[in-house]
Amino acid sequence: MLADQDRIFTNLYGMADCGLAGARARGHWDGTAGIIAKGREWIVAQIKESGLRGRGGAGFPTGLKWSFMPRASDGRPHYLVVNADESEPGTCKDREIMRHEPHALIEGCLVASFAMGANACYIYIRGEYVRERELLQAAIDEAYEAGLIGSNAANSGWDFDLYLHHGAGAYICGEETALLESLEGKKGMPRMKPPFPAGAGLYGCPTTVNNVESIAVAPTILRRGASWFAGFGRPNNQGTKVFAISGHVNNPCVVEESMSIPMRELIDRHCGGVRGGWDNLKAVIPGGASVPCLPKALCDEAVMDFDWLSQHKSGLGTAAVIVMDRSTDVVKAIWRLSKFYKHESCGQCTPCREGTGWMMRVMERLVEGNAHPGEIDMLFDISKQVEGHTICALGDAAAWPIQGLIRHFREELEDRISARRRPESALAAE
Amino acid sequence: MQRRLHPEQPDGFEFSPSNLAWAKSQIAKYPAGRQASAIIPLLWRAQEQEGWLTRAAIERVSSMLGMSPMRGLEVATFYFMFRLSPPGSVAHVQVCGTTTCMICGAEDLVEVCRRRIAPAPHQVSEDGKFSWEEVECLGACANAPMAQIGKDYYEDLTPEIFEGILDRFAAGEVPRPGPQNGRYASEPKSGLTSLESLDGEAPAASPSVALALEMGDTVALVGNAEGRG
Amino acid sequence: MTELRKVVIDDLEIEVEPEFTLLQACEQAGVEIPRFCYHERLSIAGNCRMCLVEVVGGPPKPTASCAFQVKDLRPGRDGSPPRVSTNSPMVRKAREGVMEFLLINHPLDCPICDQGGECDLQDQAMAYGVDFSRYREPKRAVEDLDLGPLVETHMTRCISCTRCVRFTTEVAGVEQMGQTGRGEDAEITSYLNSTLDSNLQGNIIDLCPVGALTSKPYAFTARPWELRKTETIDAMDALGSNIRVDAKGSSIMRILPRNHDGVNEEWISDKTRFVWDGLRSRRLDRPYVRKGGKLQAATWDDALGAAAKALARGNSAAAIAGDLAPVEAMYALKRLMEGCGGKVECRVDGARLPAGNRSAYVGNARIEDVGRAGRIVLVGCNPRVEAPVFNARIRAAWLAGAEIVAVGQTADLTYECRHAGTGRDSLTALAQETFERPDADRTMVVVGQGALRGADGEAVLSLAMRIAGQGLGMLVLHSAASRVGGMDIGFNCDGGIDAALEGADTVYNLGADELDIPEGPFVIYQGSHGDRGAKRADVILPGAAYTEEHGTFVNTEGRPQLAAQAAFPPGESKSNWAIVRALSSAMGNPLPFNTIGQLQREIAEHHPVVASLDEIADCEWRPLPEGKLLKGEFPPIIENFYQTNPIARASAIMAELAASSDRPKQVAAE
Ligand SMILES: Cc1cc2nc3c(=O)[nH]c(=O)nc-3n(C[C@H](O)[C@H](O)[C@H](O)COP(=O)(O)O)c2cc1C
Ligand code: SF4
Ligand code: FES
Repeated sequence: MLADQDRIFTNLYGMADCGLAGARARGHWDGTAGIIAKGREWIVAQIKESGLRGRGGAGFPTGLKWSFMPRASDGRPHYLVVNADESEPGTCKDREIMRHEPHALIEGCLVASFAMGANACYIYIRGEYVRERELLQAAIDEAYEAGLIGSNAANSGWDFDLYLHHGAGAYICGEETALLESLEGKKGMPRMKPPFPAGAGLYGCPTTVNNVESIAVAPTILRRGASWFAGFGRPNNQGTKVFAISGHVNNPCVVEESMSIPMRELIDRHCGGVRGGWDNLKAVIPGGASVPCLPKALCDEAVMDFDWLSQHKSGLGTAAVIVMDRSTDVVKAIWRLSKFYKHESCGQCTPCREGTGWMMRVMERLVEGNAHPGEIDMLFDISKQVEGHTICALGDAAAWPIQGLIRHFREELEDRISARRRPESALAAE
Repeated sequence: MQRRLHPEQPDGFEFSPSNLAWAKSQIAKYPAGRQASAIIPLLWRAQEQEGWLTRAAIERVSSMLGMSPMRGLEVATFYFMFRLSPPGSVAHVQVCGTTTCMICGAEDLVEVCRRRIAPAPHQVSEDGKFSWEEVECLGACANAPMAQIGKDYYEDLTPEIFEGILDRFAAGEVPRPGPQNGRYASEPKSGLTSLESLDGEAPAASPSVALALEMGDTVALVGNAEGRG
Repeated sequence: MTELRKVVIDDLEIEVEPEFTLLQACEQAGVEIPRFCYHERLSIAGNCRMCLVEVVGGPPKPTASCAFQVKDLRPGRDGSPPRVSTNSPMVRKAREGVMEFLLINHPLDCPICDQGGECDLQDQAMAYGVDFSRYREPKRAVEDLDLGPLVETHMTRCISCTRCVRFTTEVAGVEQMGQTGRGEDAEITSYLNSTLDSNLQGNIIDLCPVGALTSKPYAFTARPWELRKTETIDAMDALGSNIRVDAKGSSIMRILPRNHDGVNEEWISDKTRFVWDGLRSRRLDRPYVRKGGKLQAATWDDALGAAAKALARGNSAAAIAGDLAPVEAMYALKRLMEGCGGKVECRVDGARLPAGNRSAYVGNARIEDVGRAGRIVLVGCNPRVEAPVFNARIRAAWLAGAEIVAVGQTADLTYECRHAGTGRDSLTALAQETFERPDADRTMVVVGQGALRGADGEAVLSLAMRIAGQGLGMLVLHSAASRVGGMDIGFNCDGGIDAALEGADTVYNLGADELDIPEGPFVIYQGSHGDRGAKRADVILPGAAYTEEHGTFVNTEGRPQLAAQAAFPPGESKSNWAIVRALSSAMGNPLPFNTIGQLQREIAEHHPVVASLDEIADCEWRPLPEGKLLKGEFPPIIENFYQTNPIARASAIMAELAASSDRPKQVAAE
């Protein structure tokens, strides 16, 4: 288990002073100017070496992403945009950082922006997080007043402005290019790539979009050293990670743990175990709504990291662990996700616009068993027709939970259909 | 459900002086010529001023930002936090219905809304005080089930507690937001499993709850001295 | 020039510009890629997902070929050119899938859909779809819009390709259309159902790949396979838009654009498209002669006899040509007038176009040059009403960064325009400013007729030529389809229209309905419609309209194009040149051509510039001598876009549009 002194977010629950004084006492803003003095190349190299992979869901190596930004400006400004849209069902980790550890994030914004040649950074926070926004804004104001950001930020010689921007209820704005569209005042409709944001992002300028957690952990990594961070977790899956465990556990919670912690250990140690005991477990969605669920058998040995979970046809995603015990109607649980994706599709590409609604309606019937057995395969086929055929990954995200359900719970689907069809065929025989 | 403007609309919209000043400060956050970036914050403030988003407000904000009203309408109908019809005078209740909350009992909360407020979402209750809707994941899943009322999250709910909260709103109070089962924030409810040294150190209310208590503006309109009836 | 890139499409290796999209590369390789949202003249949306192809060795999922550029392809590991497959199992599966999604919520109402027979969705469903449906859920229904008298909507059929939204915002420059809501409930709509405020809106009918947007006037009148299609030229303005006229029997049922990169690209104005009902009403379908103060129906012999008598008796005759006259008719008429010592004039609006100097009355710039200009100076013109399709090009140049400056009346041109003043003094100041600018060489000047109607017209033109001389050149924006052709064949006289009519005892009016002929002279009116000119006539010779005869029109940039006969002239009316030829016989001095071919050969001999079809003759740049500018403003020349000529004035559709464009807008933009 991760020791407290190895935790980056030592005020995750907000029990200590969240203000600047408290943050400083916990080590934030310590020697920031010195870090910046080491230069862009050094920072990017350190982040690469730390093995940090993006915490927003896709797990793209953060240092590598930063290195895509042009070395020198061609006259266009560079931007860092922090993705604080946190809307993936099951996910509630960035919220804790923003309301309880805002200075970790703000310092991260400065350091990361510097490493990318950006003098301005926008944080895009979901609209529903009103108090989180107010608390984060207060911390930003505090940082400005203390000279930690603004011109000659933290006495580093780097001029840096940080702006907080909010959305108004659209999951799709978590997708990085939809987020940029939204930030430009448009509907959050994802852009086609290329061009990638590092070439033409916000206002057509080189831009990097990173998750809150990815940015907030950076200063501590730079202070404590890449190898310290890389020391946690398995190779290619290093570092500490904020997990959010929800659903049928005795004590749902958000907790920072070491990467590659076994799922069972995570749940038993921090959540007081599965409701009714481990054997009462039915399935777990290990990484937020977009990743396929795992049945109990796989959960027994599951390791919470990118590689293990993707090898088992799921994913770490946002490390949002949704636990379902045996009382759960797992078909209905997945139907509810289908409803979510149908609700959140931006509507621009055909397969997602039409397919999410279709899949939801078939799922709706499957919950009741009101379907033909052949429709299970048809649903799988439709999901394959959506997956990979859309502009952004929402199409994939809508397909995967259904594929996971069919892969692991086909019998349950079939039973439901035959249970319902039996009286029907009896009726037909009359 | 197609997103349409409400059939009955007020004649005009103007920001209150303080909201107008605020709006200008928002526009200044974006580079010159990029004022359209401010549309969500401005529409949101218009909604906070009036309780819902009117056609006049959409047109006013669009013209302030040099956008055609069509582009403003696109934004207003794309983002679901924009309420296109008048809500209950006291509070609009948003119950999270997505999977985690659903498996933790959100359907019972929706049932409370149907019974206590109105059978259909967005319908105003008979006494005019409440309206409700089921929304998608609000990002507080470790505190499921939960609902957002005004600016605040009411977490770790049961139907009984939830109904009690509605009662208190109806009586003109603003109940304390945050976890309703004795938790502080999102820590394990039976006791800390990490960062234990902070146990017992914490102030009485977590930062977000403290802020809500301090501001007392959970369901208040912004920039409108009269507030709601 | 950038270096070409090699790419292998299926098995064919080709070389293309690196900026080409995969879709364009496939086209070059002769492989057709199905598409709905992609349109080469609109921005790329990439939303329909029909154009998916496989990049071999690339991502494990298909790529939208409309949006992906060749330069972003990676060569194979061994350095071999990248490969794109358009018919692999991955691609076929993807197309089938997209097709299925497009159809699940599309109504199966093809038998009653006006798009039937020319529907992209129908065609592509046949080619790429599967022929059974697995969809058991209820279909979506969407409310229709009221976009006004031109565009009918059936929004349930919409596939959200957003072409109409992109056209209206990007090309037409009106931000009234959009897509509200999101996901499967997203709706294409106009702002709160407002009617579209654009005279280019009909183009969205062509752009809509399904039957969601159809032609209201054409609704249910014909099926595409019943129509006889004629490729011809429009005469509603001086642009010479390339059109196709579809007729059923003797009736023209609709008019559609044809592509011409140099002229109208593939757009036409709403007047061009919807004027056809005007071709059916108020027609002069038999000759008339005024007897006892009243016009009475007559035989051709009587009418020609009366006309011949008037011309023979007269001491001084004048022939004037209106806006819709083809070159052949004017040439024949000019020959006729030469025979009887009369004057001819086509500058009936009083524009001071200098005869004989083509570089001055046409200019030396081409329509296409607008796209290269860094700065466009508009002098005394409102292109949005004088030539809407040309205006769209100026808008495109503006979107690409050109600066637009205007001297003349202020108007909403759909782009930002620095208004430098209303009159001559502003033009003088602007000229001075331009001479001093470093980018003077990227300036193009567009001079409208409003600038040339004053007595100082030539001086204005001279100044415009001086501004243009340092830059990309000048384009004289004409509003009359006949005008450049008339000038080219010398259908003019010293002193212009006033001199022509001065003291004339017989006036031969070839369709100049916009001009009031004073009391006094005997008037022979030749034209197609019972409009103003016919009322003032003593003899009426009924002629064909522009869709009913072969004829040459030289457009505003000096490009001769041939209009073809799409229908027969109604009743006893005849081709215009043939009427003049018949009159010459009646006068006992027949003109030396019996067929239009002979006539055209003679014209070609004397006026080769109008004979080299679709080519713009080089002409020497001859700046006019400087002159003194008077005082005052340049007036607008078009009061109501929809009512500019006799055919438009006879059209019920145009009348409706004219009435609604006079009404205040329903939705005030503030
Ligand atoms: C539909 C969709 C929703 C997403 N939502 C979020 C989100 O709420 N927060 C987030 O950080 N990333 C989200 N992402 C991932 C982002 O596109 C992007 O990969 C991420 O912000 C990059 O940050 P990272 O490299 O630090 O992980 C979403 C992606 C998709 C396709
Ligand atoms: S996949 Fe869905 S959400 Fe993503 S761009 Fe396409 S329609 Fe929009
Ligand atoms: S044509 Fe490429 S996505 Fe529509």
